[in-house]
Amino acid sequence: MSAPTLPVGTNADAAVAVPVRPATNHVAPERRMEARTRIVMFAFCMAFAIIAGKLSYLSIVSDGREQEAPARDESVPIPRPGIVDRTGRVMATDLQVASLFAEPRRIIDVDEAVELLTSHLTGLDAQQLRAKLDSDRGFVWIRREVGPREQEMIHNLGIPGLGFRSEQRRVYPNGRAGAHVLGYVDVDSQGIAGIEKYLDDGGSLYVASLAEPDQPAAAPVVLAMDLRVQHALHDELTKAMERFQAIGAAGVVLDVHTGEVVALASLPDFNPNDPRTSLDATTNNRVTAGVYELGSTFKTITFAMALDAGTTTLQGRYDATHPIRVGGFRISDFHAKRRVLTVPEIFIYSSNIGSAKMALDVGLEGHREFLARLGLLERLRTELPTAAPLVPSNFSEVTSMTVAFGHGLSVTPLQLATAGAALVNGGNFIEPTFLVRDRNVASSLARRVIRPETSEAMRQLMVFNVADGTARRAGVDGYAVGGKTGSAEKVVDGRYSNTALLTSFLGMFPGYDPRYVVLIVLDEPRAAEGTYGNRTAGWNAVPTAGAVIRRVAPMLGLVPRAPEDLTNLTPLLVQAEQ
Amino acid sequence: MGIIGRTDRGLLADWWWTVDRWLLTAVLFLIVSGLLLCLAASPSVAERLGLNEFHFFRRQMVFLVPAFVVLIGTSFLTPRHLRRTALMLTFVSFVLVGLTLVIGPQVKGATRWLNLGPLSVQPSEFLKPAFVILSAWLFAQSMKRPEMPGGLLATLLYGAFVGLLILQPDYGQTVLVTAVWGLMLFLTGLSWRWIGGFAGLGAVGMYAAYNTVPHVARRIDRFINPEAGDSFQVDAAIDSFIRGGLLGEGPGEGTVKRILPDAHSDFIFAVAGEELGILACLALLGGFAYIVLRGMRHALEEADPFLRLATVGLVSLFGLQAAINMAVNVALLPAKGMTLPFVSYGGSSLLSMAFAVGAVLALTRRRGAHGASLGRSVWAAPMAPGRA
Repeated sequence: MSAPTLPVGTNADAAVAVPVRPATNHVAPERRMEARTRIVMFAFCMAFAIIAGKLSYLSIVSDGREQEAPARDESVPIPRPGIVDRTGRVMATDLQVASLFAEPRRIIDVDEAVELLTSHLTGLDAQQLRAKLDSDRGFVWIRREVGPREQEMIHNLGIPGLGFRSEQRRVYPNGRAGAHVLGYVDVDSQGIAGIEKYLDDGGSLYVASLAEPDQPAAAPVVLAMDLRVQHALHDELTKAMERFQAIGAAGVVLDVHTGEVVALASLPDFNPNDPRTSLDATTNNRVTAGVYELGSTFKTITFAMALDAGTTTLQGRYDATHPIRVGGFRISDFHAKRRVLTVPEIFIYSSNIGSAKMALDVGLEGHREFLARLGLLERLRTELPTAAPLVPSNFSEVTSMTVAFGHGLSVTPLQLATAGAALVNGGNFIEPTFLVRDRNVASSLARRVIRPETSEAMRQLMVFNVADGTARRAGVDGYAVGGKTGSAEKVVDGRYSNTALLTSFLGMFPGYDPRYVVLIVLDEPRAAEGTYGNRTAGWNAVPTAGAVIRRVAPMLGLVPRAPEDLTNLTPLLVQAEQ
Repeated sequence: MGIIGRTDRGLLADWWWTVDRWLLTAVLFLIVSGLLLCLAASPSVAERLGLNEFHFFRRQMVFLVPAFVVLIGTSFLTPRHLRRTALMLTFVSFVLVGLTLVIGPQVKGATRWLNLGPLSVQPSEFLKPAFVILSAWLFAQSMKRPEMPGGLLATLLYGAFVGLLILQPDYGQTVLVTAVWGLMLFLTGLSWRWIGGFAGLGAVGMYAAYNTVPHVARRIDRFINPEAGDSFQVDAAIDSFIRGGLLGEGPGEGTVKRILPDAHSDFIFAVAGEELGILACLALLGGFAYIVLRGMRHALEEADPFLRLATVGLVSLFGLQAAINMAVNVALLPAKGMTLPFVSYGGSSLLSMAFAVGAVLALTRRRGAHGASLGRSVWAAPMAPGRA
């Protein structure tokens, strides 16, 4: 306290003496205290009056609010938009359904209610129903999602204590088609997988933009998917999985110029109308959520890297006579030729030795940088959740050599397909999308990763490989399919198994002007009738891709052309054979 | 009233015929309303904290027993005994408040509490009424015997209390204690020039607090410009009055209590507004106003400066706390932690207010024919300086 001297009472010690009862003030202290008490009382009265005034004011506001309440309805909920494919076919929509409930406490005659209900609704257990209605609960469901005719019938029975509650039900009319892309919703219409989840999380702004202002309606979400292509892909994969008794199959069709995922299938799959079917771990989306060592299909990356870096050309040669021994590993060829191979030969014979040497020529730093440029070292960003690649912590010479032929680096199939698209579309990396995307938008997102000449060389190599190499069974007349096979040994119990294979085919079509990339992956296919005991990609993944392309190319409006003259590459092959 | 005869001169009968029964009835009305509102507001708060639904209600019921004993017991005291009780209570509470600074746990950034086994008490609550009574006596002494340093002692007492409150820190209580102390100073006959000076000093103090204590500044800014920051509690409180309307949504129908963290304590008035309506709020307000004004009327009739000052001081403490709490609830004042006497949940506050109102009842007992000697004894035998 800054004033030790109090003006009340004189204080002998005080530096400043303040007269408490100044001589000018003639009022007695008792009288003054009384007067001042009255002032205090008045002040309190004012304070309480002000609070009472504010309370009364609030009650008037309240009255006004009640009057205008019915007129103002600003809470028009944003409805969940429907989902359609790129051609406008319905993929997901909301249905209004009625669900029958009872309030047992209000039911007058339980016997009558049970009798009437069981005679009008099939499949109701009379005993269970009686137990429900006899209980003392306030609310029990009798049946969820009753049809309109049954609803009217029960309504007309006029049983007191029964009622209908209107519910939204998400329906996927195409069943399993596109299930992994669509995902599904829970009972409260919250998306919990696939695009449905995206609509509630990252895409909620996009959803809000679809809503009609002031109306309970919304424009549908348009997928990049083409339902016809999706069906063809799904159908061919199902057949392949059955024929080769594979434990899983996956495929994706990607538009190389827009990054749109035109079709995506992963088997085993599930029915989004019954999300319980997705609980099995084997039904996860292998294209986006699984990472694999994809084997020789990865050599397309190595070739593009070496050609783009200029460390070799299509005329280049590498000695593949002897296996490479490095740090306790032995790198050898499956289709061993035991001689010097030209670069196109390394591609079509899928030489591990040649690919490893090509990668070594580029160097560790260059190899790593190129993989990063193609987005293979980090998680791909798209609307669906994706798995992160398994990148070796120490990128050594051995790692570089094995990654050159697709081992030691695990990526999602969608990542490889996206990189593949960049290699054949003229050299532009475009992030993939599951929603429809304009070509102009896509070109604004594009990032140049290789030179157009390298892309042209890759196109020739891939077409040549289908025309004359390991992937002949992917050939489709008139569309000059191109691609690269891969048969990777799976890691079983920490060792590469020579019995469990993951076969794949990274293809593109039409070869004369690549528009789409197809990636087919089969998990542990077995030999089947007509494969002569073979389990490698050329006998299963490749013909599956061929079958898919044969069906979808006409749907996608592609015009067949006469096969291309690739005689510039043929001499390189013949020369070496001599 | 057949049980206690008017001619009965026993202690109980004497109390019954001299105590202000209207005042007592008003206090009981507030206690019962508080219990009902606690039953309405506290289960949702308890549920949010993961406690038993009736955790707060049960505790409040338990606190009510000692509070009732304190209320009635204090009202039996003569002014002289009251003064001694206050002196003792002041001494003990000062030690306890001092202890909070040393060993008190931090709750919401302040050390105001002491943990005593299962109970936590807020000693500054008990200090408030004792401080008022003691200050009233010191002021009265300075009026009657100018040679005694009553004023100086009262100032020192005030300085010590406020110093402790600022250290805790507890700015709401600081404002309340300062206001009540200033009020008593005003009643002792401070010249208007000095009042102006103190008002200026108070304004400077507020300005200093605004500039040096960010949390005070935030609250005031928020009050002046509600758009500026998070005024969630106050907005929700206003909303509850508007929802409640004149007659309320009905007991138990409130929704605001589910979202307000302090629904059972600082914002119980808003819960009353939503569930029971603004008419019920006005009745509650009337109860507080009645107690304050009736207490002050008694003070007017009293001749002794100590009785007068103590009565006005105590009812002002009670009335100001109630007025500030209600004003915060209806957004007339910036938010500060202050409970609604007898209505809000809280054992320390309940006991402290029981003592304060018990003291008012004791001070305002009719000292007529048989009580005259009592009154005179206060006049005739002021405490010797040595006893202080």
